[in-house]
Amino acid sequence: MITANAVTKRYPDGHEALKNVSFEITAGEMVFLTGHSGAGKSTLFKLLAAIERPTAGSIVINGQNLAALRKSAIPYLRRKLGLIFQDQKLLFDRTVLDNVLLPLSIVGHPARDAPRRAQAALAKVGLPNREKAFPIALSGGEQQRLAIARAVVNRPAIILADEPTANLDAESATEILGILRTFQQVGVTVLIATHDPLILARLKPRILRLDKGEMSEPLPDQSAAGSVP
Amino acid sequence: MIAWIGHHLTALREALRHLAAAPLNTLLSLLVIGVALTLPTAGWLAIENLRTLTGNTPGVQQISIFLELDAGQRERGEIESRLRQAAAGSWHFVPRAEALKRLQESEGMAEIIGSLPKNPLPDAFVVTPADSQPESLEHLAETFSQWPKVAHVQLDSVWVKRLDALLRLAKLVVMLLAVLFAGALVTITFNTIRLQILAHADEIEVAKLIGATDSYIQRPLHYFGLLQGALGGLCAALLVTAGSHLLTPPVAELARLYGADFTLQSLSARDFGGLAAIGGGLGWLGAKISALIHLRGSR
Repeated sequence: MITANAVTKRYPDGHEALKNVSFEITAGEMVFLTGHSGAGKSTLFKLLAAIERPTAGSIVINGQNLAALRKSAIPYLRRKLGLIFQDQKLLFDRTVLDNVLLPLSIVGHPARDAPRRAQAALAKVGLPNREKAFPIALSGGEQQRLAIARAVVNRPAIILADEPTANLDAESATEILGILRTFQQVGVTVLIATHDPLILARLKPRILRLDKGEMSEPLPDQSAAGSVP
Repeated sequence: MIAWIGHHLTALREALRHLAAAPLNTLLSLLVIGVALTLPTAGWLAIENLRTLTGNTPGVQQISIFLELDAGQRERGEIESRLRQAAAGSWHFVPRAEALKRLQESEGMAEIIGSLPKNPLPDAFVVTPADSQPESLEHLAETFSQWPKVAHVQLDSVWVKRLDALLRLAKLVVMLLAVLFAGALVTITFNTIRLQILAHADEIEVAKLIGATDSYIQRPLHYFGLLQGALGGLCAALLVTAGSHLLTPPVAELARLYGADFTLQSLSARDFGGLAAIGGGLGWLGAKISALIHLRGSR
C-alpha cells in the first residue's frame, strides 16, 4: 500500500531531515511512526501527503510514485488519503457539519446526499448532535474527533495521522486511538505518527522508529503484538 | 456533467456568501466601480445624443444649386438629367417665383422685397445627397459647380465638418477614458481578490491539503470578481440614468428656445445589459489575474 525506498529529504539550508529511509506498509495494517521530536516524523508525513517532494528515493502509494507525480495530479492523490494534521486545521468560522462537508464539496459529491454522509461520519467518531456547533465550542478531544470525521468522510483507503493524541489527556487519547482502530478493522491502512511512549507500551503495535532522520530497524518482538508477556 | 454544474453552483454560492459577509466593503467596492464606469458611459451617451442631434437637423446635409438668372427651361432640363445621371440622391426644384413668395412670407421681409424693382432670386435645385459623408458632400458640390449655367453652389458643410471632427475627438477622449477606467476596474478587482485570498488563507490551505484542485479554489474568486464587476456596471448604469433624468427638462427647455424639438436619450435596457456584461468581464479578468498571482505559491 505504501512503499518508501531509500528516501532522502534535504532542505535548501543543507539540513538532512530524512536519510535513506525505506519501509513497506501493507494494506489494512496499523503502523506507528515514532521518534523524538525533530527525528523527521513530520517531514515523512509531508512527503507521504505530497506536500513536499523527496530529494532522492521513491515513495509509492497505491501504485503511484509520488516523486514522479505531476503537480496537477496531487489533489487526486490527496483525496485517496485521510489526512489528520498535528494542528488539526479546522475551520473555525464554519460549523462542525460544514467542516465535514468541505471534502465532499471538493470531490463534487452530490449536494443532496452530502449532509447525510457527513452526519454518518460524525456519528462514527462519536460526535452526533453537535453539527450546528462551531469548533471553538468543542473540547480538545472533540476537535480531534471532528478532524478525524473530516479525514474519513470520503472513505479513504489510507489514513495518515500526525500526532493525533498530542495535547490530549490519557482518556481522550485512548478514545481517539480506539476510533482509528475501528477504521483499521474495516480494512483501512492507518499510519500514526506519535512520540507518546504510553500508547506504544500499551498497544504493542508495529513500530517504525525514526532517529535523526534515519530509520532504525524495529525490534522483532515489537512487530508482533502480544508476543511480549 | 452534474458534478461540474454542482461545482459551479457551489462556487457561485461561495462568492455570494463572501459578498454578503462584508456588506459595507461590498457596497464601497460597487460604488467605486460604478463611479469609474460612469464617466466613460456618460461621455458615450453625450456623444450618441449629439450624433442624433446633427442627424435630425434639416438643411444641414443639403446642397443648393443656384442657376444663373438667364438660365431657361432647356438648361434646367440639362441639370435635371445630369443630377439623374450622377445618382446624387433626391432633389427638388425651386422656381425663382416661389422662392420670392417664400421669402415674402418671412417676417419683416415683405417690405424689403416689395421695394425691389424685380425678382433678384435665381432658380434653384435643392439636393439631398444619398451619401451624407462630409467628404462626398464636398465632392458633389465641386462637381455641381462645374456644370453649365450654375452660378453658385451652396454647401452648409463647414460646420458639419467641424462638428464631425469635434465628435470624433470627443469619441477618442471617451475611448481613452474608457480604457483608463477599465484598467481601474481590473485593478480594483485585483485588489479585492487579493484581500479575499488573504482573509481566507486558512480555508484555501485546508482545502488544498485535502485534495482541492486549483480550479476549485479559484472558481469562487472568479465568480466574486464577475459579480462585483457586473453589479458595479449596473451601479454605473443607474448613476447615468439618474443624471440624464435630471438633465432632461433643462435640455428640452434649451432646445425649445432654439426652436428645435429634442429630447435627451437615456440608456436602454440593452445598454444596462451591456454595462453589466462589460463590468462583469473586466471583474472576471481582474479576479483571474489576481488569483493566478496570489495563489501561485500555495502547495
